[in-house]
Amino acid sequence: MATGDLALGQEQGASSARQRVINDFSIIVATVNGSGSQSANSVLLKSIFGMGVPVSGKNLFPSNIAGLPTWYTIRASKDDYVARKRDSEVLVSLNPETAREDMLALPSGGVAIYEENFNLKQYRSDVVSYPVPFDKLTAAVCPEAKLRKLVKNMVFVGVVAQLMKIDLDIVENAVRKQFSKKQKVFDLNFGAAKAGYDYAQTTFTKQDPYSIERMDGTVGKIIIDGNAACGMGAVFAGVTVIAWYPITPSTSLIEAATDMLKKFRITSDGKATFAVVQAEDELAAIGMVLGAGWAGARSMTSTSGPGISLMAEFAGLGYFAEIPGVIFDVQRTGPATGMPTRTSQADLLSTAFLSHGDTKHVVLLPGSVSECFDFSLAAFDLTERLQTPVFVLTDLDLGMNNWMSEPFAYPEKPLDRGKVLTADDLNRLGGFARYRDVDGDAIGWRTLPGTNHPKAAYFTRGSGHNDAAQYTEKPEDYIALMERLSRKFESARKLVPGPVTVKDGTSKIGLLAFGTTDFALRESLDQIKSEYGQSVDYMRVRAYPFAHEIHDFVASHERVYVVEQNRDAQLASLLKLDLPGDQVVKLRSILHYNGLPIDALTITEEFATKEGL
Amino acid sequence: MATATPSPKLNHIGLPVLEYRGGKSTLCAGCGHNAISERIIDAMFEMGVQPERVIKMSGIGCSSKSPAYFMSRSHSFNSVHGRMPSVTTGALLGNHTVSALGVSGDGDTASIGVGQFVHLLRRNLPMIYIIEDNGVYGLTKGQFSATADLGSKLKTGVVNDLPAIDTCALAIQLGATFVGRSFSGDKKQLLAMLKAAISHNGTVMLDVISPCVTFNDHEGSTKSYKFLQENDEPINEIGFVPSFEDIEVDYDSGQVYDVEMHDGSNLRLRKLLEDYDPTDKANAVRTLMEAQQNEEVLTGVFYIDTQKPTFIDLLGLVDEPLSTLPESLTRPPKSALEGLMKSLQ
Repeated sequence: MATGDLALGQEQGASSARQRVINDFSIIVATVNGSGSQSANSVLLKSIFGMGVPVSGKNLFPSNIAGLPTWYTIRASKDDYVARKRDSEVLVSLNPETAREDMLALPSGGVAIYEENFNLKQYRSDVVSYPVPFDKLTAAVCPEAKLRKLVKNMVFVGVVAQLMKIDLDIVENAVRKQFSKKQKVFDLNFGAAKAGYDYAQTTFTKQDPYSIERMDGTVGKIIIDGNAACGMGAVFAGVTVIAWYPITPSTSLIEAATDMLKKFRITSDGKATFAVVQAEDELAAIGMVLGAGWAGARSMTSTSGPGISLMAEFAGLGYFAEIPGVIFDVQRTGPATGMPTRTSQADLLSTAFLSHGDTKHVVLLPGSVSECFDFSLAAFDLTERLQTPVFVLTDLDLGMNNWMSEPFAYPEKPLDRGKVLTADDLNRLGGFARYRDVDGDAIGWRTLPGTNHPKAAYFTRGSGHNDAAQYTEKPEDYIALMERLSRKFESARKLVPGPVTVKDGTSKIGLLAFGTTDFALRESLDQIKSEYGQSVDYMRVRAYPFAHEIHDFVASHERVYVVEQNRDAQLASLLKLDLPGDQVVKLRSILHYNGLPIDALTITEEFATKEGL
Repeated sequence: MATATPSPKLNHIGLPVLEYRGGKSTLCAGCGHNAISERIIDAMFEMGVQPERVIKMSGIGCSSKSPAYFMSRSHSFNSVHGRMPSVTTGALLGNHTVSALGVSGDGDTASIGVGQFVHLLRRNLPMIYIIEDNGVYGLTKGQFSATADLGSKLKTGVVNDLPAIDTCALAIQLGATFVGRSFSGDKKQLLAMLKAAISHNGTVMLDVISPCVTFNDHEGSTKSYKFLQENDEPINEIGFVPSFEDIEVDYDSGQVYDVEMHDGSNLRLRKLLEDYDPTDKANAVRTLMEAQQNEEVLTGVFYIDTQKPTFIDLLGLVDEPLSTLPESLTRPPKSALEGLMKSLQ
């Protein structure tokens, strides 16, 4: 059987060899959830990174503990494209359940590395097949039967490395890093990778065009997921209170932050400068965050769609009573439970207006892991400066996948703790009114509970209040309060991160996007240029309320396509509320919402169709 | 006419009772909640608590409005319905050096808020949690709450056919460390209980029956003044000697149960119910369940544990409030970030 596969492969090899594909292809690894393939996938990703080739990885996993199919895609791209690629050229097939379907999905000329008894060659004669006796190879290097399921994954890493020309010493480094300090575990895993490598070397003649060659595209770069980056930002922002409730895909944000807090925030006498509380639900989590924010602590929670819905009532209280707190929303698909392990950008409207009444919130929209770090830092300053909850909206794609980045820069500015009056200030002033706009920015001064002054106290309430924080139902008091909150939102407009623009000033057409759409969109800009010879301007929105530059961008273009990952064109809708009437008609939408991260071709094709190219 | 005003009585930190007062109550005349506010003022004054060191927390309802009617010199937070426990938890995480006094109602606690209430109890968060319990929703004009007794009657004649949640039994079972029940009309018992509560470190859960004169004070109600006056059965008589009063306490004469409180005060419970041991959890719960079966309203301190660590103890926090820690303690140094970056390369 194997011989037959090889024979066919050779025929193809002859044609493929003419068009070698270096550092520009995707690998898809099909396994079973819970089989321990995560480490192997990570080692393979880091091996390509170690070869100096820009790389990104995406985990397409089920909402399940064990048993359901899971896929991991690794994209190597000499051009630094890190978005999802629609097709993967190289399949590693270890899941019999999906093997046939995965084989059929390969593009013509693709590569299949599979457990030999899957007999996949019968389905495709236009694909290069490399059948591997994974179980036999694993058994030989792993005497302990119960570990074989895990170790088998490392065998495929060796096979792929050999076939794709990844250096074995690079793989060795990656394995060492993955299993740092555990020599026995390293030996077992690297032994398995080497067995795969040796098997491929002695058995196969390379038939396919795909390989990795050393380049210097990753020098000095780091690999990190967005959740860890957000958590890191919080730790370096000096967060002191975290209250949370577990939910996919945000859980690892808290876990990462907690690990770092334990490492960096225990005093020499063993005491904690932080509190992390797993609350009974998201209602309690946000309640604790606001309680702590009210007491003057830097507090945060992290959640996803269903948690955001539960936090609605408290979010309104935070807005109305003007209490700081940072809320991370790592978006998954909705409505309802939706697809918990799939990505989307469909919480933009619900976070921007979370709660009943006339409520609106500051929402930061990071578009990379380094912005996850920076915006997480910024969120804590903004929430205390503006005295209102601040949301940081990422998504599963950014949060749970590994991304390359320049190393994060240590914050240069000291923490901005906002307007807080001390007992000394009160001695000097003789008193204060909590919600009085004394500085013209619509932000009052607050005191913290425990401030040792007889005039420090005020009454915080979610009911109608005047500027001295007293209960009122007077129409004029209510209007004054609501108008001041609107003016405060205008203050926020000037303080939030502004947009990022890519333009040459000649195009009449603009594209607008936010968050992870950026990766695919930048690749699409190149495609539009190379395929259609057209250059298009692009602005990435990084926060709500929208900076004035966004209005200018729309005003200076004839047509503006808003590209986003939801069904209801939420960014476009929010823009329509903000833009003057004559500008609204310029907006069109390119939407993607199948649960997978958006890819460049989807944008390019849709754009070309809409533009009649 | 120039008459010398007598100088007001000062407490041991030098404040007159006036400094413990709040705004004018907007609750109905005769509402039990007003009497409870008065007892809180008395207890805080007599214990010499610095008002600035107290935070007053509440949810939504008639009861939750009452923090506006006492201790204006304390920060106050009137939050959302049934969620005062989480807000208080957060506030104490932010600053564990202040003392939290929470005021809730039976609806705010036992219906909409029961989820947060039970987790507060589990955590033994150091706070005083008072339920101003009238068995009825006042602001929405007279619906039953979950503490209304089986068979009790609304003004409209509707009979409650669901069993009451005994918040004291629940609190004892789930981990509160000072649990008692009193009656807004029993000045002496309530004041002593509140003073002891102030000296406790842990969750104090006090269910104070507080008749609603407008919606639940009629014949057939089990939360009326008349019913309580006839059926209130104290299990112990509470004697309290604060730590700053230099009175010699002679311990245990068989009929009393002496407890040394966290702050050094003495709580003396004179047994009215034979052999009642307020440290025996199982017995306390059984006593309350039997009372419910017998349609008796027991009052007094049912349970006390002065040794159990609080939620704050378990977190191992620094002594200073987290809220005002300097940047040097909360932002790790540049070398920390550089180390992290290196490990990710």
